[in-house]
This record gives sequence, C-alpha cells and structure tokens, in this order.
Amino acid sequence: MRTRLIAALTAAMPFAASAQSQLNLTQGVTEISNRVYDLHMTILYICIVIGIVVFGAMFWSMIAHRKSRGHKPATFHENVKVEILWTVIPFLILIGMAIPATSTLIAMEDTSESDVTVLVTGSQWKWHYRYFEHDVEYFSLLATRPDQINNKLPKGTNYLLEVDRPLVIPTGKKVRFLITSDDVIHSWWVPDFAVKKDANPGFINEAWTKVDEPGIYRGQCAELCGKDHGYMPIVVIAKEPAEYEAWITAQETAQREAKEEEQRLLAMSMSEAELMELGERVYLGNCAACHQPNGQGIPGVFPSLVGTEMVTNDINGHIDIVLYGKQGTSMQAFGNMLTLREIAAVVTYERNAWGNNTGELIQAADVNARTKN
Amino acid sequence: MSSAAGTMDHHDHDHHHHAPSGITRWLFTTNHKDIGSMYLWFSFIMFLLGGSMALVIRAELFQPGLQLVDPHFFNQMTTVHGLIMVFGAVMPAFTGLANWMVPMMIGAPDMALPRMNNWSFWILPFAFAILLASLFMEGGGPAFGWTFYAPLSTTYSSDSTALFVFSVHIMGISSIMGAINVIVTIMNMRAPGMTYMKMPLFVWTWFITAFLLIAVMPVLAGAVTMVLTDKYFGTSFFDAAGGGDPVMFQHIFWFFGHPEVYIMILPSFGIVSAIIPAFSRKPLFGYASMVYATAAIAGLSFLVWAHHMFTTGMPVAAALFFMYCTMLISVPTGVKVFNWVATMWRGSISFETPMLFALAFVILFTIGGFSGLMLAITPVDFQYHDTYFVVAHFHYVLVSGAIFSIMAAAYYWLPKWTGHMYNETLAKWHFWCSLISVNVLFFPMHFVGLAGMPRRIPDYALQFADINQIVSIGAFAFGLSQLIFLAVVVKCVRGGEKAPAKPWEGATGLEWTVPSPAPYHTFDTPPEVK
Repeated sequence: MRTRLIAALTAAMPFAASAQSQLNLTQGVTEISNRVYDLHMTILYICIVIGIVVFGAMFWSMIAHRKSRGHKPATFHENVKVEILWTVIPFLILIGMAIPATSTLIAMEDTSESDVTVLVTGSQWKWHYRYFEHDVEYFSLLATRPDQINNKLPKGTNYLLEVDRPLVIPTGKKVRFLITSDDVIHSWWVPDFAVKKDANPGFINEAWTKVDEPGIYRGQCAELCGKDHGYMPIVVIAKEPAEYEAWITAQETAQREAKEEEQRLLAMSMSEAELMELGERVYLGNCAACHQPNGQGIPGVFPSLVGTEMVTNDINGHIDIVLYGKQGTSMQAFGNMLTLREIAAVVTYERNAWGNNTGELIQAADVNARTKN
Repeated sequence: MSSAAGTMDHHDHDHHHHAPSGITRWLFTTNHKDIGSMYLWFSFIMFLLGGSMALVIRAELFQPGLQLVDPHFFNQMTTVHGLIMVFGAVMPAFTGLANWMVPMMIGAPDMALPRMNNWSFWILPFAFAILLASLFMEGGGPAFGWTFYAPLSTTYSSDSTALFVFSVHIMGISSIMGAINVIVTIMNMRAPGMTYMKMPLFVWTWFITAFLLIAVMPVLAGAVTMVLTDKYFGTSFFDAAGGGDPVMFQHIFWFFGHPEVYIMILPSFGIVSAIIPAFSRKPLFGYASMVYATAAIAGLSFLVWAHHMFTTGMPVAAALFFMYCTMLISVPTGVKVFNWVATMWRGSISFETPMLFALAFVILFTIGGFSGLMLAITPVDFQYHDTYFVVAHFHYVLVSGAIFSIMAAAYYWLPKWTGHMYNETLAKWHFWCSLISVNVLFFPMHFVGLAGMPRRIPDYALQFADINQIVSIGAFAFGLSQLIFLAVVVKCVRGGEKAPAKPWEGATGLEWTVPSPAPYHTFDTPPEVK
C-alpha cells in the first residue's frame, strides 16, 4: 500500500516539480529550502518595489520633462536632505534583509547531531557515495544513453538527470553529507534540498538535509569540472525510515556477498569471448568518455590506447594504471570502482581491440596478483 | 624616430590633416587620439570575435543534445569568450575612451607618457594572438572557464595553458601601463584652474579605476604565475597533496576579480554622468556625492571578493562578513542611480542615440544591480550560484551595462572624433534592435537559472529547452544588431553632415571647445578653467 503511494508520488514528482519550477526557484522539500525560497521571494518583492519607484520617477520625467513638450530645465543640482535620505533609507532596508538572511544561514550551517552520514566524493565525471554507519559504498553514474545525447534516439523524460544508482536517504532524519573530491573541484547540488556545496580535492565540506517527503530528487554538478561537467547528475531517493533500513541492509548483504563471490571466482578463467564482451561494456561505461570509443583519445588531452607501448607490451604497467590511476593526470584509480573480473576484462579488451591484437587474455587472478592487499 | 619628426613637420603645414600616412603612422604613433582610435577599433574587433564565440555557444544550446561541437570545444568557447570580452573588448574600449577623452577633458595636450602609451597598446594584439593561437594547438586552448580554477587549470589542463598564462601576463602589463598613464596624466597635466573637484566625472571614475587596476592586476599576474609553476615546475600552491589549497586559488583570483568587475563599470558611470546632464539640459545632480560614491564602491570592492565563493565552504562568520559588505555596496550604487534620476527630474530631455543608450544603461544596469543584491544574500546564493541566474546577472551589468555605456560614449563623441554627425536613423535602429534583443537574450536566463540550469554545460535537461531556444534567438539578433553599429561608424568616419564644435545643445566640458574633428594636437597652450 505504502509502496504504491510512494510510487504514485514519485511518478508525479517530475511533472509537479517541473511545472512548479519552470520559471522560479523551487520551494523544495525541506524546512531550510522553504526558508530559502521565502527569503528569495521577499528580496525579489523588495527589489520590484524599489524598481517601480525608481523607474517610475525616471519614466515620469522622460514623459513629462521632455524638450519636445517645451519643458524648460530647472537648475538645481544638489539637495543635502534628499541625498541623506536616499542613503539612509536603503541602508535600513538592507538591515531588514540581513536579519532573516543571517538566521537562515546559521541554521543551514549547523551540521551537528545528525542521524545518518554519507561521504560524497566527486570525480571526473561521477559521484561516489559511502555510508558511514554501514558497509555500503558505490558509484553513481549518468544513465542517459549516448545515443540520446547524440540525437540518434529520442530523449527520455529525465534526460541527463538520471543515474544508474541513486543515493538513498531516510525521510525525517537529519542526513549529514561530507563532501570531497578525488580530482578537480565539483559541486554537489540538489535544488529541492537547497544544498549546494563544493567538493574540494583534499578537503572535506559539510552540509545537511532533513527531507520530509519521500520522493526522487534530482540535481547536477554545479562547478565546471572539465569535459563532461554537464553529464554528472545527482539523484537522491528519500525513503521512509523502515524502507530505508530494509534497503541499506540488503545493500550491505549484497556488497559483502559480491566480495566473497569475487574471491571464489578467482580460480575460474573466463573465455576470450566473455572477456571481450564484458570488457567492451566496461570500456564504454568508464573509459570511452576520455579515451574515446575508438581508443584514439583526444590528442594533447587524453592519450590514445592504440598501438602504444603500454597496451602492446607492458602488461603489469597496464593493469597497474587501471588499478591505481596516474598521479597528476585525469587517469583515475579504478581499483575501487570495478571488480577484479571487470578490470581483467577491460584490460583484455584494450589489448585486443582496435587492431591491438596482442592475443593476450588477462584473468581476475592476474589482476588480483597486482593488488597490494 | 623619423615618424615623430614627420609628425611635427606635417603638423606645421596643416593643422587639420595632420599625421604621417601609412602603417608607420599607427605603429610609431605617440598621439593620444591615434592610440585611442586603435584601442577602440581593436576592442570592437575583439567584441565581434568574442561575440562569435558566444554564438557558437548559443547555437549548440539551441536544442538539448549535442549537435555542433563537442563538450571539450564548448568549454574552450566559454573560456575564450569570457577572456576576450573582459580583457579584449570592455577594458581596451575604456582605455581607448580614456586616451581620447581624458587629455581633452582636463585641457592637456596629450597623455603624460606617450611612448609607454604606444607600447601598452601594441602589446595587446600579441597577447590575443597568443591566446587565439592556443585554440589551434593539439589538445585545444584553455577550457577551464575564464576564472581558471585550479586544479582544473593546473594538473588537469591541456598543454596550451602556458600560452594562456603568457597572454594574460601581457594583457596585465598593458593594463598596468595604461593605468599608470592615466594617473600621471590626471595628476600632472590638468589645465590651470582644473581642480580635482572640477574634473568631469569620466575623468574622476577613470582616475579611481586606474588605482584599482594598479592594485589588482599584479594579483592576477601572481595567480597565473602560480598556475604556471604548479603545472610545469612542480610547486603545490593549489594542490592539497603538496600542502597547498585549491580554494586559495579562488581567494587570490577573486581578490583580483571583484575589483576587476568595478574596473569594468566605474568608467561607465562616468560616461553616463556626462551624457544624462547633456541631454537633460541640466547640471549633474550631486556631483560631490558621485565622486564619493565612486570612491566608496572602489574601497568596498576589496572587501567582498568571497561572495563569489560562498559554496566553497567557509566559516559562518566569514560568510556573514562578506554578505554584509556586499549588501553595503548597493548603498553608494543606489546613490548614483538616484542622482541620475534626479538629474533628469525637471530637465528638458531629448532622446538622441547617446541618451537612449545611457537611459537603457541606467535601467538595465539597475536590474543587474537587483539580481546582484539577491546574489549577495548567502543562503539564497547557494541556490543561485553557478546557475544561469548568475549568467543573467553579470551579462546585465556587463553587456547592457558596460557595453551599452561604451556605445553611448561612441555616439556621444563620434562627431568630435570624426567631424561628422552619424546617421541618427540608422543609430536609432541600432539602439532599438540592441535593446529588444539584449533583453530577449538575457532576461529569460534569470528564469532558466532559477529553474535549476547550471552554467557552463553544453547540453541540458528537457525542461530548459523552451527558454534556451528563446535565449539563442535573442543572441543571434543581438549579434547581428552590432553590424548596424559597424555600418554607422564606418559611414560616420567616411562622411556625413559636418559636425559643429559642440553638436549637443546641453553638453559641457573642454572637449567641446575645440573644433570637430578634434585637431591632431589640442591644448598646446593650456586653456584657463574658471
């Protein structure tokens, strides 16, 4: 029953949200976001009133005091009283604005006494979530298909605002986000929560939210972070606490089992066809954004993988760079992101695709041998 | 050398048709009018070039999906568009106006340091040639936004970053030399009787702007140098792994960047303060308070830089400090707007093109000021920051603000520069096309920003599609409207109705006491200012 209600709610959400926020700021779904919205509207109205007075006076003189109507110019050019008045009045208006702004800001920055803590890590161009209280962590990648971006397929309702694995948080609980980055500066933004915080490499920022309505909330990276800055959306699902508990327990079990499974499968070898098929999928999902689907990279920015020393000869170097990345470049460490099988497959794929044809097959055990644990 | 001698010979024979001809006249000239004209033409060319890049951006954003350019090139376009418009279009245009007008307004024969003046112009084309050439390098040009935040501009940038750094250095040197020249000229070469509080506001605003330039351009030079050494020489100013801090980059950048914003608007205030009284046939209201307000804005501009960085995670006390200081700026800015309105009040107003642009400036700049005030409110800034709301805000103050004032200045002083009246009908077409299209272009950006569209993205979610389409149409209309301006100026240079020494009934100032076109050398003997 409740699930159906939530399903109905979440299905209605994108339309409700887009209809409401088409021309104005979203009111959002938290107490803070509502306060921010109210502040926004208050200041907007103040500005409109000032605008009407100032532009009104301007247009009045443009119409009434024009030369073509024979208006003779006055000669006054100062009036101390008026000048003091229009210095003091704006100052008082500003004080009136500053009071609610200050109290809202102080409330927004109070991250104490949270119930759930999530470490949010940005990297080019995906988000990673790790739950502090549970042994659960995963990456969240854009789920929109490249064919939609390249106009070969019709675009879906949530074009560019959909991910493979959304962040899940409980409703009615104070959720604290610790935000950081692995490479350049990103910014984690969910408009409905009024949360936007930069992810700075080497530093941790804090933010928090307390969502009252279950639902799906969408946002985007807000800080220019390189080529695919426009393609790293954020999706957050807020679930009732009981449902959230069930979900996180299931995740914990699934992630533990997957790790055990991976160790068990180390002894098994995959066939060339299996490796190439899995490898291509992993490559297109993780590597092609930079190295391009044809492996040629972008000259001067992202190196080519075709016929280079590393992909034709240096097997260990090749596995290592995928596992650990390359310091000081965009090449990330995929060791935590991909399973041993996936890394084996993608290395195999890179060594045999685009005419590289080394004929070498890499197995999960080979990759495991290069890990340092 | 020979050209300097040539200039003098020629000058003796013919006071009006001055100057040696050919390329050497322009290469070796030390004449403030020649250099001013070169600055103005250069900035107009850069304006069209940077505008074309904006049109590439808007063409790509006409529809969701990737149609024309890839995201990496898109980022190069946003970056180079910003750099060209800030350093190539707006700033040189103001320097050009200062060159032409400051000596004539204070009754000086030329700028105080004419050879440096020549140099500060002639290094600019090289700076931009380097920047533009970097677009053709392997890996492309700068793609990290004109704000070049580290580490995107250091560890993660392409090899052309060195060229970017050198070109910004050259632009900075040029600006500093221009600023020194303005200050030295104003302090030393005022005509007898031209006291500081008698100087036209354009001179005052440029005087203050020049001090801002000298204060902050070295900071920019420091920032780009640190980027250079971080990227190529193993330093870690902005790399946490080596003990640095990427947010420190933003502090340094915006300590330059915020005064830079006022560098691009204070001279506008001066222009508008000349034009509105002229066409209201009434003296400027509150001259002294205008001067003090300009100085107050300049002073405050050093205390507000972190309002560009509220989301970087700063202590609450710091955020509050920067919020209050930023809000405070609206007081002196408000004083200026009120003064302009009071100048018009009970005047005798006529609507020639310079006045139209000046009036549009006052209204549209004020709208940009309102959105600026909204952006100052930290809690709401979290929602606005890095969205199209910000893009709308700064284009209102820079395009319908700074650039409209430059257009107003061009129309106001064209008769003085060329000796001909421009074609008023064509100029009105230019104004109305620009006014309508600039609002179609930038006003809807407020909405799409509030609705949640981040800036600097090559592709967007479907709910933003309608507004982006309108914006793109406005962009092309605005871009094409500027070709009318080109036509007006070219026609005006080539001929037209002969302009009297003072073509505007209500204009005041020394520049209107010399014939039109202004002779190659003016005020060889200083005028007496009462």
